[in-house]
Amino acid sequence: MRDPSERGLRESATFDRASIAAIQHAARTGVYDIRGWGAKRAVPHFDDLLFLGASMSRYPLEGYRERCDTDVVLGDRHATRPLHLDIPVTIAGMSFGALSAQAKEALGRGASEVGTSTTTGDGGMTDEERGESTTLVYQLLPSRYGMDPDHLRAADAIEVVLGQGAKPGGGGMLLGQKISDRVAEMRTLPAGIDQRSACRHPDWTGPDDLTIKIGELREITDWEKPIYVKVGATRTYYDVKLAVAAGADVVVVDGMQGGTAATQEVFIEHVGIPILAAIPQAVAALQELGLHRKVQLIVSGGIRTGADVAKAMALGADAVAIGTAALIALGDNDPQYAAEYEAIGSAAGYYDDFQDGRDPAGITTQDPELASRLDPVEGGRRVANYLRVLTMEAQTLARACGKAHVQHLEPEDLVALTIEAAAMARVPLAGTSWIPGAGS
Amino acid sequence: MAALSRAEAEARETATSTAHTVTVDLATATVRSLNAELHRPTATSYEVLHPHGAHSIAAGVHDEIDVHVRGHAGYFCAGMNQLAHVVVDGSAGNGVAENMMSGTVRVRGDASQSAGATGRGGLLVVEGSASMRCGISMKGIDIVVGGSVGPMSAFMAQAGRMVVCGDAGDGLGDSIYEARLYVRGSVGALGADCVEKEMRDEHRAELAELLAAAGFEHGDQQLREFRRYGSARGLYHFTSEHSGTY
Repeated sequence: MRDPSERGLRESATFDRASIAAIQHAARTGVYDIRGWGAKRAVPHFDDLLFLGASMSRYPLEGYRERCDTDVVLGDRHATRPLHLDIPVTIAGMSFGALSAQAKEALGRGASEVGTSTTTGDGGMTDEERGESTTLVYQLLPSRYGMDPDHLRAADAIEVVLGQGAKPGGGGMLLGQKISDRVAEMRTLPAGIDQRSACRHPDWTGPDDLTIKIGELREITDWEKPIYVKVGATRTYYDVKLAVAAGADVVVVDGMQGGTAATQEVFIEHVGIPILAAIPQAVAALQELGLHRKVQLIVSGGIRTGADVAKAMALGADAVAIGTAALIALGDNDPQYAAEYEAIGSAAGYYDDFQDGRDPAGITTQDPELASRLDPVEGGRRVANYLRVLTMEAQTLARACGKAHVQHLEPEDLVALTIEAAAMARVPLAGTSWIPGAGS
Repeated sequence: MAALSRAEAEARETATSTAHTVTVDLATATVRSLNAELHRPTATSYEVLHPHGAHSIAAGVHDEIDVHVRGHAGYFCAGMNQLAHVVVDGSAGNGVAENMMSGTVRVRGDASQSAGATGRGGLLVVEGSASMRCGISMKGIDIVVGGSVGPMSAFMAQAGRMVVCGDAGDGLGDSIYEARLYVRGSVGALGADCVEKEMRDEHRAELAELLAAAGFEHGDQQLREFRRYGSARGLYHFTSEHSGTY
């Protein structure tokens, strides 16, 4: 059959095929679409920035010969045991429940192999994950599923989660097909139900209470552990200021491209701002407080390459976190499962139904047979490989800009390709000195 | 409705007062130094003087010790308690015994919001009344309140048991899972998916056991005044028909 456009038919830009399919699905089922992944719409991103490599006015470092360090210290503001990571790329929080135990173990193995941290999620800490993660960040979420003071003490840092980029203002979800007996037991829920998590913390409200809550967490862990505060990117300037005022050692900002295991499509695509727009707000807040580089900033949401890592750091982040990209490294959306993706109504490269537990790659599932497809050792090796590539790419760009440490990258090294990106990232449009909105 | 009187608690207090007790005076010592000691206890019994509403008193204790707070406590007193027996001789602020795992926490006075929030085990007794969100997201803890509880108590309560000897405010047990609630007095509007359930003999036995554990004297007549509430389990699976329920 000929392509409709070749027959002169015009597809609506407003009612495109995805919109038509969504309306048809809503009419047929009466339920809204819940899916995984992050925002799929095009938004201004790191691709809209370029580095100004060294030439006459800047002095580059020799690639492969001159050192370009990548280590980062996180949480040395108040904690007596801050984290020392070898690379500035961390693994973001993803729950056991959303992911299989094998996937969690693999992420721990991969992160540990290259000297970085991984993070628990909305479901507690598993032995596999703790055992294979040299540095593990333990999340404190509104649901408090599996929250255990022994795990707080066993963790290397604590992340108080106020929100995530895929759904700022929303609570977690885990549909019944993924509430296996083990997941149910860890979360104290009946097996097989559709879990609805709270979006607000149960025992504190607002920044003043958070200050006291962080104080309690410090007391419980004898002031040893760094305490992160994670927010979804929205009113980032104010959120970062309040998080710092509440005592955070590290602030994590997750842009709207950040992934989720299960959230309403309408939430994923229509709430929150791109990470590109959030980083300069966060950095400005920290600078105004005199705490940039003292309270560390981790950013996430759409990090794919070492270029993304380097650009995020040039804008002022101390480190980045990856989630979706780490799953892809594990084997998510692998073409080897093309036929199986087709069989469940998706396609390799498009698969985002993390909520339904039928992941052919065995990552976002609790089905024992599917989960067994992922070998944690091999998965860990793949994640470690990917993390090394990200780091080497970031080093390459940093050396080109004359930096002996990736953290020395700065906004002055960047220009923007579009007016939108220039305004959001607060760097000049390429070939000009114009930063839209600056000085106004 | 008048609180039931306590009996066992007094007996317990008498018993512990004979043990070797270390006294920490928060008029001069810091909460940090207190908690550092309680986390690596050198004694089995502690007395905390002049708490003056300080936050995080006895948070994160994980040994079977007695801690007696002589006065009012601030936020998160006995937070995440494991094994310890903590008594607050006064009122307690937000989140007393939040996420408690085991042990007992007794508040002689009233408790502020989110008492026993997300608790996974142990027994929390509030001899006075508790404010809103008492037992929010509870996950196995037992809570016995001598007086009343405020609105939205037992919100999203997953497991465990709550006894309210007085009244309960609006929204009791909203979006409740498998926790069991017993209320002696009046209940405001029930929360979504929370319903009154038949009070059978096994429930009266459970209630009697909880009241006894809390040290509240009770008779058969008083037991008969309690009503039981729990989940209708109608919201366990998402359907569009629920859109008007919340």
